[in-house]
Amino acid sequence: MSSEQEQESIRCLVAKVGLDGHDRGAHVIARAFRDAGFEVIYSGLHKAPEEVVQAAVQEDVDVLGISILSGAHDTLVPKIMDGLEEYGAKDDTLVLVGGVIPDEDRPELEDAGVSAIFGPGTSIEETIEFVRENAPDR
Amino acid sequence: MNADDEALLEDLLDGEHRALARVISKIENRAPGYRDLVSALYAHTGDASVVGITGSPGAGKSTLVDKLAEEYRDRGETVGIIAIDPSSPFTGGAVLGDRIRMASTVGDMDVFVRSMSARGTLGGLSTATADAVKAMDAFGKDRIIIETVGAGQNEIDIVRTADTVAVLVPPGSGDDVQTLKAGILEIADVFVVNKADRPGSDRTVQELREMIELDSGSGFGGGGHHGADAMDDHGGSAVATQESAEDDAPESWTTPIVETVATDGTGVETFIDELAAHQRYLVDSGARVEKAQQRSAEEIRTLLREDVHAMLESELERAGGIDDLADAVHRGETDPYTIADEVLEPVRSCLGELETENTE
Repeated sequence: MSSEQEQESIRCLVAKVGLDGHDRGAHVIARAFRDAGFEVIYSGLHKAPEEVVQAAVQEDVDVLGISILSGAHDTLVPKIMDGLEEYGAKDDTLVLVGGVIPDEDRPELEDAGVSAIFGPGTSIEETIEFVRENAPDR
Repeated sequence: MNADDEALLEDLLDGEHRALARVISKIENRAPGYRDLVSALYAHTGDASVVGITGSPGAGKSTLVDKLAEEYRDRGETVGIIAIDPSSPFTGGAVLGDRIRMASTVGDMDVFVRSMSARGTLGGLSTATADAVKAMDAFGKDRIIIETVGAGQNEIDIVRTADTVAVLVPPGSGDDVQTLKAGILEIADVFVVNKADRPGSDRTVQELREMIELDSGSGFGGGGHHGADAMDDHGGSAVATQESAEDDAPESWTTPIVETVATDGTGVETFIDELAAHQRYLVDSGARVEKAQQRSAEEIRTLLREDVHAMLESELERAGGIDDLADAVHRGETDPYTIADEVLEPVRSCLGELETENTE
């Protein structure tokens, strides 16, 4: 129990943004992250970009996972990135996007500051491994 | 304190949300330097009023907290919320879901919601929570709400860091009320029967009322827990004796019962009024000062316990590590008591030396 003096846990926000009611994937990821020993905050459905930013900033998460299947990623994700920047949280938050993102849209999201995009068929282990390796060291 | 932490403290006092969030993370992680940071925070605290809310899972705590925050915001006050959820005993992971219910105030940065998980520590969480409250207080929040699941001693300790504790009891808990009796019901300053539109809520209110009256009748409550209604039922002479008893404890507090429907906000104003009444009572009776003192005493104790614990942990490492020692017990070579004595021996002799030095 010597860990009691200093104990860190990877904190993640799993967020659903915009008009998109498909949350099975977000639930599966939230559960898997919990089982991996992460602390997961789940945003709930239909959040506006500002709400996601507010949650990410207040909760001081290491990782922000945005689940989006509505096709509005090219407008919503940059809005979130801008919001994070406004609060000085963009640089040390690992931002992931999960969902159906066409190949031609990927570079744009990556330019906006998204670290990784996980499409359909990604294994959960792969995602967890990526988070473990890339979670910002603060 | 190093330069980074000092800048962080500065930013927090300036009202930067990111800095407050980061300070709470440091507190939670017990990151290096967090102690100096919290020490420095103390000078800026004392203005916020702190409400603790607990109750069984699904009682409606988060929803009520949400409505409470909304009402406080309407009155122009800033709000900090600490929502605590349990963590898995197996992986240490957690899903912190309270935030989902806090929908009325999203987008309003003057409501600062922070989710915390238990991280499986003994007593450590109540320290971390108390420190996080300090951080929000120093940040300048007028109202701080702590929300936790009323499951065990740890949670009870946490809500005790609040000035006023509200316990939510859902209707139809019938026998549950009995099991709760020896636990969280005892720490309530205000009872809230939430979901009061559900069948069975009258009965729950009745059961709670009986319990409160029983408490005062048996003398545990300090004799002052009778409401005006109860006194009207007594005969003339009984009223006289009651009144003289009341005179001895003029500032006693009778735990009120508030009925709410958190989902539509019914009863929330009454709830806030009762919270305010309790705060006034604390100030008028001097109980606030007393409580603050007890709290400081408890904080000192907890800190010392944790520090000593950490020191012993390294001592244990020196003695061969807990696994080897446990193995030795398992093989029948020794027993836990002997080991504890052996590990503590150097500490004991040190303290012994100190004592002789002092008496010389």
